Amino acid sequence: MYRIIEARFLAPEVKLFRLEAPDIARKQQAGQFVIVRVHDHGERIPLTIAASDESTVTLIVQGIGKTTRLLNTLAAGDAVCDLVGPLGKASEIHYYGTAVVIGGGVGTAIAYPTAKALKFAGNRVIAILGARTRDLLILEAELREFCDEVCVTTDDGSYGVKGLVTDQLQALIDSPNRPDFVLAIGPIPMMRAVAEVTRAPAIKTVVSLNPIMVDGTGMCGGCRVVVDGRSQFACVDGPEFDAHQVDFKILSARNAMYRAAEQQALADLNQHPPELHRCRLADAQPGAVTPP
Amino acid sequence: MTNNNPLPPKERMKIPRQRMPEQPSAERRANFAEVNLGLSTALAHQEALRCLHCKSHHCFTGCPVGVKVKDFIELVLAGDFLGAAAKIREDNVLPAVTGRVCPQEEQCEGCCVLGKNGEPLAIGYLERFVADYERQSGQVGLPPRAPMTGKRVAVIGSGPAGLSTAGDLVQRGHEVTVFEALHELGGVLIYGIPEFRLPKDIVRQEVENLTRMGVEFRTNVVVGRTVTVDELLGERGYHAVFIATGAGLPVFLNIPGEHLCGVYSANEFLTRVNLMKANQFPAYDQPIYDCRDKNVAVIGGGNTALDAVRTAVRLGAKTASIVYRRSEVEMPARVEEVKHAREEGVQFVMLTNPIEFLGDDRAWLTGMKCQQMELGAPDKSGRRRPVPRAGSDFVMPVQVAVVAIGNQGNPLVQSATPDLRTNPLGYIEADPDCLKTSKRGVFAGGDIVTGGATVILAMGAGRRAAQAIHDYLSHGTW
Repeated sequence: MYRIIEARFLAPEVKLFRLEAPDIARKQQAGQFVIVRVHDHGERIPLTIAASDESTVTLIVQGIGKTTRLLNTLAAGDAVCDLVGPLGKASEIHYYGTAVVIGGGVGTAIAYPTAKALKFAGNRVIAILGARTRDLLILEAELREFCDEVCVTTDDGSYGVKGLVTDQLQALIDSPNRPDFVLAIGPIPMMRAVAEVTRAPAIKTVVSLNPIMVDGTGMCGGCRVVVDGRSQFACVDGPEFDAHQVDFKILSARNAMYRAAEQQALADLNQHPPELHRCRLADAQPGAVTPP
Repeated sequence: MTNNNPLPPKERMKIPRQRMPEQPSAERRANFAEVNLGLSTALAHQEALRCLHCKSHHCFTGCPVGVKVKDFIELVLAGDFLGAAAKIREDNVLPAVTGRVCPQEEQCEGCCVLGKNGEPLAIGYLERFVADYERQSGQVGLPPRAPMTGKRVAVIGSGPAGLSTAGDLVQRGHEVTVFEALHELGGVLIYGIPEFRLPKDIVRQEVENLTRMGVEFRTNVVVGRTVTVDELLGERGYHAVFIATGAGLPVFLNIPGEHLCGVYSANEFLTRVNLMKANQFPAYDQPIYDCRDKNVAVIGGGNTALDAVRTAVRLGAKTASIVYRRSEVEMPARVEEVKHAREEGVQFVMLTNPIEFLGDDRAWLTGMKCQQMELGAPDKSGRRRPVPRAGSDFVMPVQVAVVAIGNQGNPLVQSATPDLRTNPLGYIEADPDCLKTSKRGVFAGGDIVTGGATVILAMGAGRRAAQAIHDYLSHGTW
């Protein structure tokens, strides 16, 4: 059992959790993830670690499918059944000069620790944050604390600049501030678009991929992605890869593989509130898990 | 040991080998319950009467963990089933498991003298019988534990090799912690072997027995990530480490289209069902591609391939086929598995090699381009090498394909332990007898050393490792 120390919404359907996991917290490096299983009948899902301190890891979760929605019903004092990590390779942190970190939606949470590490390595760090609308923007203040520049774009123009993150990136490339390195984390179409923008000027660009995983240790091969024409396992060879070499089309197709099942599970969840199959902690320690 | 058999040897040889009662194939196609139902007491007694009680006990030497077969059979004949189970436990911590999944025909039964002029003694059935009797009686005769030595051993992986080592080491008075990466204990016994061949409650019970013997288990620890081998030997205070992580890195065919939706590794296909219970979706959250009304092809000819194809049958596949590049004679799967699969309607497409997966515009698998093969001269495995027949390409319409052609060594522990020597396939180099690695205090055994093998061979390695670790902890010499 892994106890939730803190839980709060950052935006609608986007919730921050701090979980007690000292072994993972001690080892965590920027770019690594954990596998979470929320309850006894739950699936295993990967979530990138946004931060860690001596004894806790921070996860930022967007409620999209059944598991993330269930997770987002939990509060401080509750627990998740299983939490394992830190998995995957850590981000490669170097001094590049000017590093642009692009976070799309909840991808900002994944980019956050790497942005911090890039700054620590002496880079000039420019963050470009994209969101559909102002309410969905997360971690802006946290990034402003150490970034040299933070630029926000919203699809609807409710905050920052109306438009896409790639417009801002293009502007930077065309400016005297030309980036030497780009990290892009967010929805697949955004990462693919960023890769296209930086391909011609040959700016080193890294993306963090989030394919469907089961074990997270290289055992099942379900998370295989095609990079430079070769099969790689995101869980052990990644999750970060050279954006210019990633086959995004295969990635999106594979991520849609269980869509029918996911929709069914979500519909069931909406019909039946999440009382069933709660974590065994509820039985083991009555009162430890409070109903949502 | 006394001879409890009232029959003279000639009479014993007249008794036919008892048949294992089975769930009818038409029924079991639609459920995940165990296929083999186990011998009754009467059948077990009748089968045990067949034992010739030979002076030269080949059955004993044929067993990778050295179960004293003749002795436990004598106890069966005496009606002392709990004694028989305890006798097996002296050498084998997982009798209910090995009684079900061992390839006895190649081991104890393969060495049985009865087999020279007929069918060998059904040692596997009898092992399973006494182990089940013991479990159902609730009186598991756990071996005694020696006085505590104050030495601590970390075992990495809770599969057959790790459990076997852990069982032997706690008996010798050492403190043992088993670290498991997944959320359930048992390794391949949990995620790999299906319920219909090895019910998971049995694995849980065996793990529970080890807990009662004093083994400590920690789930959700990925050694190499959560903690390193050096930390285990250093700040965590372990005196020795046994690496038994298994051969968990699936090999793919490396042919076009392997990334299409509907193409699985056997590890993933089986893990989704066995560990995550995807067959019970939506009661369990992890899904698997709905195989109903689909043609499912499993590529490979080993036990894992057979497990996968029989799982596909139970998931409601319209057709479920084994596609193998050699002929049936060369298939490494157990004869019993092939028989059961055939009864369940599995088709065997032999001498056929996939060369491309074909998909639709949504990247879903629609078919498999294959070439027909013929057998040429023997290769280094001693089996005749399959060679393609020119112009024999054809397309097999399939919507799900499961690649079951083996594994490589999982690199997680090795990559975080630079002074651990590995071979080019990623397996850890260890002395075959004492299982010492290139790193002091670190032993390795099972599939992570040998590559994919069997439960019992891993358990044999676990036993040898336990002996070697015990010697090392006792004398301190490497």
